[in-house]
Amino acid sequence: MSKRIATQGRLIDRSRALTFTFNGRDMRGHPGDTLASALLANDQMLVGRSFKYHRPRGIVASGAEEPNALVNLGTGPSFEPNQRATTTELFDRLKARSQNHWPSLEFDIGAINARLSRLLPAGFYYKTFLRPRAFWKHVYEPIIRQSAGLGQAPKDRDCDTYEYFYATTDIVVVGGGIAGLLTARSAAQSGAQVLVLEQTAHLGGRTPVDGGTVDGQPASAFIDALLEELRAMANVTMRSRCMGAGIYDHGFVLGYERLTDHDPDAAGPRHRLWRIRAKQVITATGAIERPLAFAGNDLPGVMLASAMRDYLINYGVMVGQRVIVATNNDDAYRTAIALKEAGADVLRILDARDSGGGPLMQKARELGIRIDCGRAIGKVRGGKRVKKVKICAQNSSGGALEEVSCDAVAMSGGWSPVVHLWSHCGGKLLWDDGAAHFRPDPARPPTGADGNGFVSTAGAAHGDFALGDIVAQAHEAGRKAAQAIGMKPKKHDAPIAAETREARLLPVWLMPAGANIGLRSKAWLDYQNDVKVSDVELAAREGYESVEHTKRYTTLGMATDQGKLSNINGLATLANSLGTPIPSVGTTTFRPPYTPISMGAIAGEARDAIFQPLRCTPIHHWHEAHDAAWEPVGHWRRPYTYPRADEAHADAVAREIKNVRQAVGLLDASTLGKLIVKGPDAGKFLDMLYTNMMSTLQPGRCRYGLMCNENGFLIDDGVVARLDEQSFLCHTTSGGADQIHAHMEEWLQTEWWDWQVYVANATEQFAQIAVVGPKARKLLEKLGGMDLSAETLPLMAWAEGEIAGIRARVFRISFSGELSFEIAVPASQGLALWTALIEAGREFGVMPYGTEALHVMRAEKGFIMIGDETDGTVIPQDLGLDWAISKKKEDYLGKRAQQRTHMASPDRWKLVGLETTDGTVLPEGAYAVGEGLNANGQRVTQGRVTSTYYSPTLERGIAMGLVLHGPERMGEVLEFPGTDGQVYHAKIVDPVFYDKEGTKQNV
Amino acid sequence: MLILTCPYCGIEADETELASGGEAHLTRHGPGTSEDDFSNYLFTRQNPLGVHFERWRHAHGCGKWFHAARDTGTLEVFATYPAQTAEPPKTVCDAIRKRRPGWTWQGTA
Repeated sequence: MSKRIATQGRLIDRSRALTFTFNGRDMRGHPGDTLASALLANDQMLVGRSFKYHRPRGIVASGAEEPNALVNLGTGPSFEPNQRATTTELFDRLKARSQNHWPSLEFDIGAINARLSRLLPAGFYYKTFLRPRAFWKHVYEPIIRQSAGLGQAPKDRDCDTYEYFYATTDIVVVGGGIAGLLTARSAAQSGAQVLVLEQTAHLGGRTPVDGGTVDGQPASAFIDALLEELRAMANVTMRSRCMGAGIYDHGFVLGYERLTDHDPDAAGPRHRLWRIRAKQVITATGAIERPLAFAGNDLPGVMLASAMRDYLINYGVMVGQRVIVATNNDDAYRTAIALKEAGADVLRILDARDSGGGPLMQKARELGIRIDCGRAIGKVRGGKRVKKVKICAQNSSGGALEEVSCDAVAMSGGWSPVVHLWSHCGGKLLWDDGAAHFRPDPARPPTGADGNGFVSTAGAAHGDFALGDIVAQAHEAGRKAAQAIGMKPKKHDAPIAAETREARLLPVWLMPAGANIGLRSKAWLDYQNDVKVSDVELAAREGYESVEHTKRYTTLGMATDQGKLSNINGLATLANSLGTPIPSVGTTTFRPPYTPISMGAIAGEARDAIFQPLRCTPIHHWHEAHDAAWEPVGHWRRPYTYPRADEAHADAVAREIKNVRQAVGLLDASTLGKLIVKGPDAGKFLDMLYTNMMSTLQPGRCRYGLMCNENGFLIDDGVVARLDEQSFLCHTTSGGADQIHAHMEEWLQTEWWDWQVYVANATEQFAQIAVVGPKARKLLEKLGGMDLSAETLPLMAWAEGEIAGIRARVFRISFSGELSFEIAVPASQGLALWTALIEAGREFGVMPYGTEALHVMRAEKGFIMIGDETDGTVIPQDLGLDWAISKKKEDYLGKRAQQRTHMASPDRWKLVGLETTDGTVLPEGAYAVGEGLNANGQRVTQGRVTSTYYSPTLERGIAMGLVLHGPERMGEVLEFPGTDGQVYHAKIVDPVFYDKEGTKQNV
Repeated sequence: MLILTCPYCGIEADETELASGGEAHLTRHGPGTSEDDFSNYLFTRQNPLGVHFERWRHAHGCGKWFHAARDTGTLEVFATYPAQTAEPPKTVCDAIRKRRPGWTWQGTA
């Protein structure tokens, strides 16, 4: 039975009680508890079901490495799955539910999988669901989806807020244990600015639990004094509840601070993501104890020896009253001694080593604990909690020597340094044969911009485990890091710790060493993924030699804990099965973050309105006030249409189009890209950028141009106006302005840097309004100020002057086929001109129109749209735009590429118009099918729809598309199967549907 | 996340301030070049584990293109320099050789 005792509990406040629920059951804990310690204090041994076999599972660890105790936390908008009970601080009215079972934790149907475990070996999914192929979609996949995943996905929108925080510092110390604190002190004494990140709520680490003496004081008193000293140092910052999540290139460190998880009612953001730049990083991340692989090592009540000690000393929780300790090293004796001194009955210490341990064993024996050397656990028995342990010789196949009733088992397979952060940015590891673990190789650290190491390690993370070694090494590590950034450390004495000699560990990868298959298939390596010794052995037999492949085949070390407990045991088992030494098998790759971090923290403040910047034209707020329906275009919002009360969007678009064609419409074209290209070589430069000749354009005239990339593909189009001999104004698409500006800069700076040209992006300096329709000139003449007659300002000309008293450039260009003036005015005057046009236009029936009307009208005229007719694989020749490609120019960007065989092939799909035989609208993106089947058994395709609309002008569906040999096949009817099951029939026609002669725009 | 010093404005820029532009010192091939030369220019890129020359733009800063000589394995940065050059300047090659004795630009001494 697990319970709270009257003594111990250094981290809890017994004067106050907190209530919480687990699976709806009311429980009590204290401030300072973790959810795990509070559950154990309430004798809740069973906390979840395993992933694959649905085996009953209990808490096995006390920190971030916990694989089993994952819970659904909270409800509604604060619901979060897969939260580790061991790192969840208890708060009043916490609500937790266990995961991965149905219908209940106590009775789980899925547990049948455990009975079928012989049929569910490693690689089961890969082997079983391969055939028959047709079963995948309708049988296997739905079943797998149903049973996959640990916790549930949240259903509600997250109610919390999150933030980023940027910091620069000399030195970051990851880990606030004794080693981290001592490195911080010696680095700070050397003059460095130091930031200490500690993932738990408490600085000081586990030394107060393990005990010892430093500088003549008990370790915990020494740490208290050290913390006081550090808090008084101006150049030291310490953050608890802030995990060093990852180390990246050139000293970038990611910190994950949990601000209010322990106090959800507090104001402010829930998590804070620290983006830190440090000159040096010291990882003092400690070590993680390894489980022992014996049969039944996953039963609730089997726990890491250090965790059992933590629960006792930190939280005053005694996990078992009759405990058996199994170990291969001296450290587990500390647990036995602590339990015994607190009043538990320690039935046995089973030490796998024939000669047992050192002074700690002596002390345990003096306390009256029975110690059996060369002994092992053969099997743990019990259902939902430990009941009995079968004891056998370590060097046996598992024949039981005796069976002992008990209620908890403490196990220790030795310790592995936490090398994750060291490894994130390329630090290499050494195998330490004596301690049987990987530790950082100081000779091969992650390197920075200067080629020197920028990460070092301290304490247990360095591979030191004796307190005396830790304090001496940590003190030195801080000095060295300060030296590495140019500080001159002053002489400060390193602390000295009293030594407790420990006997050498015996590597034990299987218990007992010769365990038979029955035991091996019940000996868990990875609790979270249900991977057993027998699974890794099977993978090895099936030819998996690489540890990375074995990981993916068996799922060893995957999921939320990323194998923090299982890694070393797993790869040792693989190495033994392959008959190779452990270091030659190596480890899997350690990737950040160290433990999962919330998606909210990654998003930070970037949500809703500030997810991305919104660009507004000078007329944006008028559109808003007039109920525009918006369409996002790049970072802009453009009016899609201006629906009137109760008007459907399609009706509004039709009304706007008819009004433009019959009277006059206004379009806010301010988003159009406006790049000014200026200099003696401006013409020569534009000749390289556009497919047609721009250098021959006369001042006062406009020319439509196409721009390709070096691959020959069409990337942008627009009208270029020559302002004067040395200046051009290049209009680009709304979404393309920034890219095209960058494209121009790239070629100017990196290829033709000796050409005398400047480019300036003046997109936001001008508002641009298109006044379009047969009454456009009348409207503008009413405002007055300029001669806009056809004689003075013909099509494709521009002029400067004043309209309604506002300085303006008027371009006679048309994207609709109507008489059209595009008027550019200083941005500050845009709204004034717009409202003047609306006012003056009333008598002409003026209406604003949106982007959809624009799109339909350009399609009626057969004008292409970048992004509709082009998709990055289309060249101008495909679109029948040969007239806009200069034959005279020796070179332009894309010219050479357009001569490549595939580009010059007559079999490229070419632009045509498409007219449904019954007047309906073709589905967007539909493919035209031809005769026969392709290699996949699908209908052969011979074309596709690129633009398709209902044309209110023609009162029928119109479309454009790219079709094989299209222009040669006028009049032919093609089949377009739709995703709605219907087949649409459309005739190939000329892409210009309206006013083929262009008489309407040229008046 | 790399830090590169922009040789124009002198700012030690975080990678998030920069836009990468692939391999540096490519020779443009236009009309009149062979199919092989042209397709190599378009598509063939070096991908060394070691010394490499890259194009970067200080996109969220001064807007200038520059080149970086760095080691793709160790992340050591040997030099950054203006992009207006067809090959790395001698000072850059010397800086690389100081750290990687025996290294030569495109295999020539």
